[in-house]
Amino acid sequence: MKTINSLGIAAVAGLMASAAAPAFAADTITVASWGGTYQEAQTKAFFDPTAKALGITIKQDTTNGLDDVRLQVTGNAVKWDITELGADECARGSKEGLFEKLDYGLIDKSGINPKLVHDDWVGISYTSVVLIYRTDVFGDKGPKTWADFWNVEKFPGRRALSSSQATETLSVAALASGLPIDKVYPVDIDGALKSVDKIRGHVDAWWTSGAQAMQLVKDGEVDMASIWNGRAGTLKKEGAPVSFSFDQGVLTADCMVIPKGAKNKEAAMKALAMFVSPQLQANLPLYVDNGPVNEKAFETGKIPPERIKDINSAPENVKKQVLQDAEFWRDTLVEATEKFNNLIQQ
Amino acid sequence: MSAPSALLREPAGAGRDLNAQALRADARRESLRLLALLSPSLFLVFAIIIVPIGWLFWLSLFDEAGAFSTSNYARFFEQASYIKTFVTTFKVAFIVTGACVLLGYPLAYMLSQLPRRAASICLIFVILPFWTSVLVRTYAWLVILQRKGLINSWLIDLGVISQPLSLANNLSGVVIGMTHILLPFLVLPLYASMKTIDTDCLRAGMNLGAGPVATFRQIFFPLSLPGLASGVVIVFVLCLGFFVTPALMGGGKVIMWAMRMEQTTSLYSNWGAGAALGVVLLVVTLALLGLFQWLLGARATGVWSSR
Repeated sequence: MKTINSLGIAAVAGLMASAAAPAFAADTITVASWGGTYQEAQTKAFFDPTAKALGITIKQDTTNGLDDVRLQVTGNAVKWDITELGADECARGSKEGLFEKLDYGLIDKSGINPKLVHDDWVGISYTSVVLIYRTDVFGDKGPKTWADFWNVEKFPGRRALSSSQATETLSVAALASGLPIDKVYPVDIDGALKSVDKIRGHVDAWWTSGAQAMQLVKDGEVDMASIWNGRAGTLKKEGAPVSFSFDQGVLTADCMVIPKGAKNKEAAMKALAMFVSPQLQANLPLYVDNGPVNEKAFETGKIPPERIKDINSAPENVKKQVLQDAEFWRDTLVEATEKFNNLIQQ
Repeated sequence: MSAPSALLREPAGAGRDLNAQALRADARRESLRLLALLSPSLFLVFAIIIVPIGWLFWLSLFDEAGAFSTSNYARFFEQASYIKTFVTTFKVAFIVTGACVLLGYPLAYMLSQLPRRAASICLIFVILPFWTSVLVRTYAWLVILQRKGLINSWLIDLGVISQPLSLANNLSGVVIGMTHILLPFLVLPLYASMKTIDTDCLRAGMNLGAGPVATFRQIFFPLSLPGLASGVVIVFVLCLGFFVTPALMGGGKVIMWAMRMEQTTSLYSNWGAGAALGVVLLVVTLALLGLFQWLLGARATGVWSSR
C-alpha cells in the first residue's frame, strides 16, 4: 500500500508522457497515488477514462502519504489536486484540517460504506491483510485462522508479521485472542498487546513493506505470514507454493482527498466523482487485486463472476473480514503504535 | 605564527619593547587578513552546518501543537524502547567497527607490503563495491544468507549442518551486511598511512636486533595508529547513522537510531520528535569522538614525538 514499486514509477512516467493532451483542454489536474502496479491499474481504471470523459488532462505523481500532504498544505505549496491516502491518514488529516470539503451533490456516495464517506474524504479502494502459508511446508493443513497462527505447538514454523502497520497487526492480534470479527472494534488495545506479547518471541521477521513481506514468503525465509492480499495474489500467480483466504482478513480502505488550497478544485471534484462511480470502480479489479470501494461496481456486470470471488471487497468476502475503523485509529494510533513498538523492540 | 613569536625573544636591550609592539601589530594585521581570506569558507560552514544544526536543535524543543516543550526529550525516559534502540545502535557500531578492524588491518598491511602493481590491482577489488548501490549489495547478502540461501544450502548439502543457521533477519545479518559496506572506509585511510611509514625505521629496528614480531609491535603498529584511528572514527560514525542495511537485514528485530528517527517523525507528524533524536545522537557521538581523540590522539602524538 505504502510501498512504491520503482519499476512501476518508470511505467507511470511512460504513461504520463504518452497521455495525449486534448488541444482544447482548459483543465489539468494532478493526482498522486502510491505508484507501482497499483497506480498503473488506477490509470487504466480511473484516470484515463475520466480524462477522456471530462476532456481534461490528468497528470500523475507519487506520494509517501500524509506527511507529503501536510508539508504541501502548511508550506502553501500544494502541487496536487487529488491525492490518495490510507483511511487512518485521511481521518488524521481531516482532524488537522488539511483537506477541502467534498461536494456530495457531485459525488454520488451510494454504494460506499458510510464509514468511508466523510465531509472531506472518501474511500477509493480496499486492501486486505490476510494469512498466507507455504503449502510445501503444511500441505493444505496450514494455519487457517489467526488463532492457528498464534498456536506454535500445533503449527511449528517460522513466522512474520508487520511492524510498520501496527494498527493492522493489533487487529490481527485481537482476532487471534479469539474475538469474533464483529467484536474486534473498538480494539481493546491492552488486550491486543497482550496477544502480541504471546507471539512476539516466535516472530522471526517483522516486515515494514509489502515487498519485504512477499520476499520473506517467496524465498521460504518464513513459513507463514500476515500479508496484503495484492502481494499474496501476485505470489500465487507467480506459482509460489502458497495458500491464503479472506477468512479473518483485515479490510483496510484507501481514500482520496483534495488537499486544502488545491489549484483546480472544481475539476478535481468532478474527477473524484468519476473515480468513485460504479462504472469506473468496476474497472479496478480487472487490473489489480485491490477491491472497489463502491459495492455497486459488482452490479455493473463488468466484472466476470469467476473474478468476483477473488476480490476482497466482494459482498461474500466482506462478510468474512473485519473493517479497520479509521476514526478509531485517528485518536489512538500514536499511543497504540508507541506501545506496540515498545513491546516488540524489547 | 610561530616565526614572529620566536623572533620576539631574539632582540635584546632598549629596542626590544618597540620592536615587539610593531611585531605584535603586524601579527594582528596578518591574522585579520587571514580571517578575511577565510571568511567565504567560514560563511559556507556557518550556512550549511551551523545553521541547520541550530535549527534542528530549535525544532526539537517544540511539540506537535507548536508549543515550547521538552516532551520530545521526555519520551526517551518514559519509553524503554528508545533506550534499547540507542544501546542497539552503539552495540552494532562497536561490533561492526571491531569486525572492520580485524578484517581491514591485515588486508591493509598486506596491500602495503605488496609491490606497487599488485597493490593497485588489489585496491581495485577493495574499491569495486563502492560502484554498486548499497541497496543492491544488501539484497545480495539477503540472497546469500537467508534460510534457503546459498550458504545454508551449501552447508546442508555438504552435511556440515542439519538445521539452517539463522544468518539473516537478525543481528548477525546486520553486522555482516554493514561490515561489507564499511570495510573500504577503514582500509583506504589505513593503507594510505601504512604506505607513508618509512621502511628505514623498520630496518633500523631489525638492525638493532628486533625480530619481525617485535619490529611490527614496537615500530610498525604504533606508526600505523593515526591511520587506524581515522579509519575507525569514519566507520564508527557512519555506523551510527546507518539505515538501509539494518532495515532490510534486521528483520525488524534490530532497530537502529536512524530507523527510529524515521518512525518517530512520521508517527508524531512533528519534525521536533525526530529532531530530538538527532540532537541526542549528535551530542553523544561528539562526546565519544572527543574521548576517542583524547585516547588515540594522545597515543599517536606520543609516538610521533618519541620518534
